[in-house]
Amino acid sequence: MTGPAQPLTLAAEAGTGGILLWVVLPYVCLAVFVLGHIWRYRYDKFGWTTRSSQLYERRLLRIGSPLFHFGILVVLLGHIGGLVIPKSWTEAVGISEHTYHIGAVVLGTIAGVATLGGLAILIYRRRTVGPVFSATTRNDKAMYVSLSVTIALGLAATVAANVVGGGYDYRETISPWFRSIFYLQPDPAMMTEAPVLFQLHALSALLLFAAWPFTRLVHMLTAPLGYLTRPYIVYRSRDTQLGARAPRRGWERTGA
Amino acid sequence: MRVMAQMAMVMNLDKCIGCHTCSVTCKQAWTNRTGVEYVWFNNVETRPGQGYPRRYEDQDTWKGGWELNKKGRLALRAGGRFKKLIQIFSNPVLPTLDDYYEPWTYDYETLTNAPLQEHTPVARPKSLISGKDMKISWSANWDDDLGGSAATSEKDVLLNEVSEKIKFEFEQTFMFYLPRICEHCLNPSCAASCPSGAIYKREEDGIVLVDQDRCRGWRMCVTGCPYKKVYFNHRTGKAEKCTFCFPRVEVGLPTVCSETCVGRLRYIGLVLYDADRVLEAASTPDETGLYEAQRKVFLDPHDPHVIAAAEKAGIPRDWVEAAQRSPIHSLINTFKVALPLHPEYRTMPMVWYIPPLSPVVDAVRDTGRDAEDHHNLFAAVESLRIPVDYLAQLFTAGDPAPVDAVLHRLAAMRSYMRDINLGREPNDAIPKAVGMSGEQVYDMYRLLALAKYDERYVIPPAHAEQAHKLEELATECSLDYEGGPGMGGSGPFGESSGGAAPIAVENFHALRDRQTSETPAAPTDKATRVNLLNWDGKSSPPGLFPPAADDENGSAS
Repeated sequence: MTGPAQPLTLAAEAGTGGILLWVVLPYVCLAVFVLGHIWRYRYDKFGWTTRSSQLYERRLLRIGSPLFHFGILVVLLGHIGGLVIPKSWTEAVGISEHTYHIGAVVLGTIAGVATLGGLAILIYRRRTVGPVFSATTRNDKAMYVSLSVTIALGLAATVAANVVGGGYDYRETISPWFRSIFYLQPDPAMMTEAPVLFQLHALSALLLFAAWPFTRLVHMLTAPLGYLTRPYIVYRSRDTQLGARAPRRGWERTGA
Repeated sequence: MRVMAQMAMVMNLDKCIGCHTCSVTCKQAWTNRTGVEYVWFNNVETRPGQGYPRRYEDQDTWKGGWELNKKGRLALRAGGRFKKLIQIFSNPVLPTLDDYYEPWTYDYETLTNAPLQEHTPVARPKSLISGKDMKISWSANWDDDLGGSAATSEKDVLLNEVSEKIKFEFEQTFMFYLPRICEHCLNPSCAASCPSGAIYKREEDGIVLVDQDRCRGWRMCVTGCPYKKVYFNHRTGKAEKCTFCFPRVEVGLPTVCSETCVGRLRYIGLVLYDADRVLEAASTPDETGLYEAQRKVFLDPHDPHVIAAAEKAGIPRDWVEAAQRSPIHSLINTFKVALPLHPEYRTMPMVWYIPPLSPVVDAVRDTGRDAEDHHNLFAAVESLRIPVDYLAQLFTAGDPAPVDAVLHRLAAMRSYMRDINLGREPNDAIPKAVGMSGEQVYDMYRLLALAKYDERYVIPPAHAEQAHKLEELATECSLDYEGGPGMGGSGPFGESSGGAAPIAVENFHALRDRQTSETPAAPTDKATRVNLLNWDGKSSPPGLFPPAADDENGSAS
């Protein structure tokens, strides 16, 4: 490691603003995301729920909710494919940039439109169905704005880059930047070169992740995949814990 | 053999007068909160009728419980694990609020603050869901006492199963009440449906509970339960269900619904069963065989092998003794007068019912004959196919034979005991006709008619050495928990978010709120008001006097 030399070069290439946006902010958001979830899980297990409104209204939810959720799951897979997997790997498998690009654009646009359409139905439902609207907290509203802006910007960036600009290979700039965050060798210069829509999408996503642990989005982290493997009937002893909280240190029961 | 203990209930339907005291006290104890206004852990249905939620027994629509798949294996009717996860974003068979009812309150304030006018002011019904004026059109017992009337009986799921002629006669024949709570099944399909694994069956007493900290609101349990006894709290986003009043049962007290039952028709006790045989029994190919199959799962608590196995399984000695004295064991296995509710759902329900003989007695009495005579009663049970077929739909998957047998036994008890009560020579031919001894009939009579509190409710308390976990003890500071005593009410993430408050702190807050508020529902300007009843006359609490108009002058002088 070159020690203090590296930040200086970074500052020269990306500027202070670049460092703040593409180094400081990602780490702050990541920290808030992780620590926030830990704190929320410890403090507020009871509030950790989907807070489903299906009981109030089911007709619109029947269309909107699966459309949005399945759409966003495909989008998530697409982001893993685009951001996490290096370009060299896909090329080693024999997928050319062109093939990848076509696949990503087609699948991404379909999934993006499904997600946005589903989200539109859900927001329309939330606003117009009385009981659903009155069950909407300010927290929910802020979350909806943040989520919608992020998704809309992401779709806009893809569409703009492909329709207007004739394609943009984010796997040369954004993906390495994304991975560099996790290598603990952040490279903000990669990001400052990206088109502004992609930058805005990334920024809104970072802010969304920072807010994530404090919204109802936490339900995603407890997606019940364990259901596939656990036995149907759960037996539990009432002996597992004393009272409504864990005993204080030194007051645990002995034996048992 | 894996011996497990199950806390179970039997209800004697002959004694139910449909007063709804059980429902009301249960509601006061458990579901008088926002989000569960529409929820009745205990409800009383008039039969024939639609039930609550409406037509919940129509499993072609609601897909509750288990069924045998093509291979003859037990499978959830609403679909297995993969199907559940695929449908998780929108449960296709979740009842809507309309299937229960839209809860409401009344605008009582109008009554007190309406201006002087020609007509008496009216408290309008207001929806507790939308907050708007509403027209009340249904409730949890809207068809109360309307059993068999043309208005509701054609919507009765079970009546559609019996023939047209029976249906017509039925409408003039009889009506009875069916109190229902969660069945605390041996093979609970709600627990099997829960993607998070939040619903569990307690090893010690078999009570089925929802872990509120693990429930994520996926709503599959509501569909999974064929009795529709798991409810969705629309404010907290969590499932809630009957708890068998476990805090009471743990200290040896009966459930609230039993404690307050005016007709004293409920019995609570332990049943020992073999957990290893539950799956096999629930997979019985023939639906009408399920009643017998479930009875065979129960173990005889007097059998030395069973006692030894129970000891090995860690069941305390006094629990085994309680199982021996259990009225449930007597009613189900010794006297064989209790039947399970809808065994065809294959969940192995553990709240059983003694079917009502009174419709038969009433029918005989209406003909002018002696309704206490066993010949007349036996003949009536034989000929009155109507009530028997209906009861069979309810309790034995349509097989009238077990219902016949139970009604015969009840009729025999009635005639046999009349002779004794009138000081006549008891007729031993009567018990013999139903395969019982005179002594057995007398014992059954004692249990059904005379049994006192401690005989109806044989509930061994959870063990004293475990008492620490039942309630906070004085050895710990009751205010010493996360968030502190200043917490309460709505947290930042919605209704009651944040860690659970210890019960002592909840009591403290409830008491303080009651003492410092003037109305049951706290007014919005509560903070600025003073309850003079609580004022000790010494200090002047803020709000005692209205704010002085010339505040600045006052402070200057």
